Amino acid sequence: MKDSNKNNNQASSEEEKNRSKEEPKSGQTNSDQIIDDVTNGEYKYGFVSDIETEIIPAGLNEDVIRLISSKKGEPEWLLEFRLKAYRHWLTLEQPTWAHLNIPEIDFQAISYYAAPVKKEGPKLLDEVDPELLRTFDRLGIPLEEQKVLSGMAVDAVMDSASVKTTHREKLAELGIIFCSFSEAVKDYPDLVRKYLGKVVSYRDNFYAALNSAVFSDGSFVYIPKGVRCPMELSTYFRINSSGTGQFERTLIVADDDAYVSYLEGCTAPMRDENQLHAAIVEIIVENRAEVKYSTVQNWYAGDAEGRGGIYNFVTKRGLCRGDHSKLSWTQVETGSAITWKYPSCILSGENSIGEFYSVAVTRNRQQADTGTKMIHTGRNSRSTIVSKGISAGHSENSYRGLVKIAANADGCRNHTQCDSLLLGSHCGAHTFPYVEVLNESAIVEHEATTSKISEDQLFYCNQRGIPTEEAVALIVNGYAKEVMNKLPMEFAVEAQRLLEISLEGSVG
Amino acid sequence: MSNSLEQYLNLYRDLSATVDQGSAPALNRLRGEAFDVLSGTRLPNRSDEGFEKTSIDDMFAPDFGLNISRINIPVDLAASFRCDVPNLSTLMGVVANDKFIPTDTLLRNLPEGVTVMSLTKAAIERPDEIAQAYGSVAPITNPGVALNTLFAQDGVYIRIGRGVRIDKPIQIVNIFSSATPLMAARRVLIVAEEDSQANILFCDHSRNDGSKYLSSQVVEIILHRGAAVQYFDIEESSADTSRYCQMFVDQHEASSFKSNSSTLLNGSTRNEFNVNINGQHCSTGLYGMAIASNKQHIDNSSNVVHCAPRSTSNQLFKYVLDDNASGAFEGNIEVTPNAPFTEAYQSNNNIIASTDARMYTKPQLLIYNDEVKCSHGATTGQLNAEALFYMQARGIPQAEARTMLMQAFMIDVINTVTLESLRDRLRHLVEKRFDNTLACPTCKGC
Repeated sequence: MKDSNKNNNQASSEEEKNRSKEEPKSGQTNSDQIIDDVTNGEYKYGFVSDIETEIIPAGLNEDVIRLISSKKGEPEWLLEFRLKAYRHWLTLEQPTWAHLNIPEIDFQAISYYAAPVKKEGPKLLDEVDPELLRTFDRLGIPLEEQKVLSGMAVDAVMDSASVKTTHREKLAELGIIFCSFSEAVKDYPDLVRKYLGKVVSYRDNFYAALNSAVFSDGSFVYIPKGVRCPMELSTYFRINSSGTGQFERTLIVADDDAYVSYLEGCTAPMRDENQLHAAIVEIIVENRAEVKYSTVQNWYAGDAEGRGGIYNFVTKRGLCRGDHSKLSWTQVETGSAITWKYPSCILSGENSIGEFYSVAVTRNRQQADTGTKMIHTGRNSRSTIVSKGISAGHSENSYRGLVKIAANADGCRNHTQCDSLLLGSHCGAHTFPYVEVLNESAIVEHEATTSKISEDQLFYCNQRGIPTEEAVALIVNGYAKEVMNKLPMEFAVEAQRLLEISLEGSVG
Repeated sequence: MSNSLEQYLNLYRDLSATVDQGSAPALNRLRGEAFDVLSGTRLPNRSDEGFEKTSIDDMFAPDFGLNISRINIPVDLAASFRCDVPNLSTLMGVVANDKFIPTDTLLRNLPEGVTVMSLTKAAIERPDEIAQAYGSVAPITNPGVALNTLFAQDGVYIRIGRGVRIDKPIQIVNIFSSATPLMAARRVLIVAEEDSQANILFCDHSRNDGSKYLSSQVVEIILHRGAAVQYFDIEESSADTSRYCQMFVDQHEASSFKSNSSTLLNGSTRNEFNVNINGQHCSTGLYGMAIASNKQHIDNSSNVVHCAPRSTSNQLFKYVLDDNASGAFEGNIEVTPNAPFTEAYQSNNNIIASTDARMYTKPQLLIYNDEVKCSHGATTGQLNAEALFYMQARGIPQAEARTMLMQAFMIDVINTVTLESLRDRLRHLVEKRFDNTLACPTCKGC
């Protein structure tokens, strides 16, 4: 799949379009045909980069953890943290409560550290491995200088190590720290130590414990008091090597009155094997600060028969510690063979706000169990959840969310809306909301609907001269619009494109 | 971890002959299997998905007496008169603890084609009929059902003959009355033959004398083609009564089933409603109302499985929780791949009226088909402050205004009752419940 690029893709979609126009299969209506096409889209990020990579042997034990730690030249306290997490992980079992069919994972068969071989730290872009740059070029990441104009600071994480962070000087002027996690451990050990594991403890769950033990790199962001980050901060994650897993860790701290918008994107090569991605994202939002975290997740999802693909088991949580603080999660989930992910907000500050906007698309044999948790412990805290699921093919798409209002949290408000759209009769769309209200003054609402694209809507479009194909695209886009609108501009374009590719053949 | 089943298994091991003796072969037939199921399991507790807020294991842990040797415990039937519904004459039977006692009116007025009798008696007189239906809907692999099957010695058998439509409701009054802590394994078997129609009303009472009661109740309902059954269940027991009621419904083509369950007074209650829609063009309605104060705990769990196309189901559950009461609702709609053109809706609305009351709700959808229209909604909140102010501004005292608003909140569940006199009665009961005069001094046992 090395050669697949956008033009090819467009051409093939063009072909499909024509085919579907000219000769609809007998016994199938035009819209059935289109829905069939939906399941046949191809993954365009499925190339492998020939980058010299250092991979440690597969397996997990205390020595491996010591090795990872020493490779990264970590201080003693961090090694202790890892070992504690590892010992705790040994006592845990893989969770089974999700509506997912997870094949057995052999945690000893995974290599827990793979990093592009670092030559002496490149100062200029020219010195960065050109193959690496080509990789990110292909991903359309504005990593190169020419794209500096687009005004985005990027930290790119390949396999386990952060390879390039741009715009750092400009950010440093404002006192903003945006660097790889390992650099942060070296340069700002006090800050890291103060915040690491404060929102997602290593005892939190199976995958969080695993990540805490073996995490290799990630991003660290600190926005000082009163600073509004002038540009979007962005991280691209890519799994490149086979037989490895990716375990990155992101820590974002927004001090009083700070603001930052953070973007995250993920891709991986096409392989027959399943690869594990178990990340942790921790966010701390202080008084009156605001963090906007957007994800466009496009890990390789496996082929039409469900071979290969990434297992995306991620723990993301933000703590709105300060009064009037705000955290907003926006995610567009189109990739991964299995997604297990619940970006959450702990709203402990008074008048704090949590938001969750999600579009999750599953097709072929993909499985997704995703949603959010809004835990209100602060007075007058408010949260909004908008979740849109789209399932096609033989996929299973579940929303699972918790809204909890603690006994002392007066005047809290939540509104949850989760809609599911079914394309095809072999897929599943499920909703599992948990609502726990321990306070009388709370107002909590949940609503959910499940349906396929309505015949009426299609007919209405057809009647006005819009072909079924375009109508499906129109309706799906309109359906996801509410969430897409919440994405930062640069991402919205990409997410829109991703959605189009995911629904390939149906989009004109 | 403790396993409350141990005591029941030991009891059965010691006294299985006595249990069999007090019942009939058609009921005894399944006890061995139930024992085997229970030997390898435990009752669900809070660590089990779906039972987070109600531990059945804890409910069954205390040492209750079971009337295995069928001793005649004198029962105060006066309590049944509390259930007198004005302007509604019913065919009434009484289940005293776990023993079915028909009233004279029932014996005299039973129309042709309608059976309302003791399950044991039916099992002796019509063994084939019972053997065929008993245990056919409730899965014995379910620990609660297995435990009930192990000890159920009597129960109620209702059969509505083919094409028979009875206007008069059948009323069964469950009464708990005993000087010592008592557990009753109650069993109900309802068969509605083709094109039959009936209204069945169950009322639960406990003598409020400080004795602890535990009711294990399994209700099996079979609706054949075109049958229509409305099932009403009103619980007015006591703070010392625990109830674990599991209902299993098997619906065939074009049948219609409606259940309306009201929990007004209780201790700790778990109701499970399981409906399997196995035929086309069925309609199903599950409605529930729970009013809880003090330390009442009410947990309703519904599971509607659409296994055939073109059926509709509707669920509405409403709770008002005061004082330290806690409520839980878990609703589930499952649409299987074989059930296109399904319409299924579910709604749960709750009012929390005090600081210490709490509500847990979990409405769920499991959809495996794209030709469906499904939705669910859940809200938890409090009385509208503006509405309260409006009423107070017009001279209505706050307490009264609150009662009126709460009653208004419940009205759409009450209105699903199609029997007018019963609807009035229910409205009256709710009114009294909100006035805290439901356990009124005119009744015995208060």
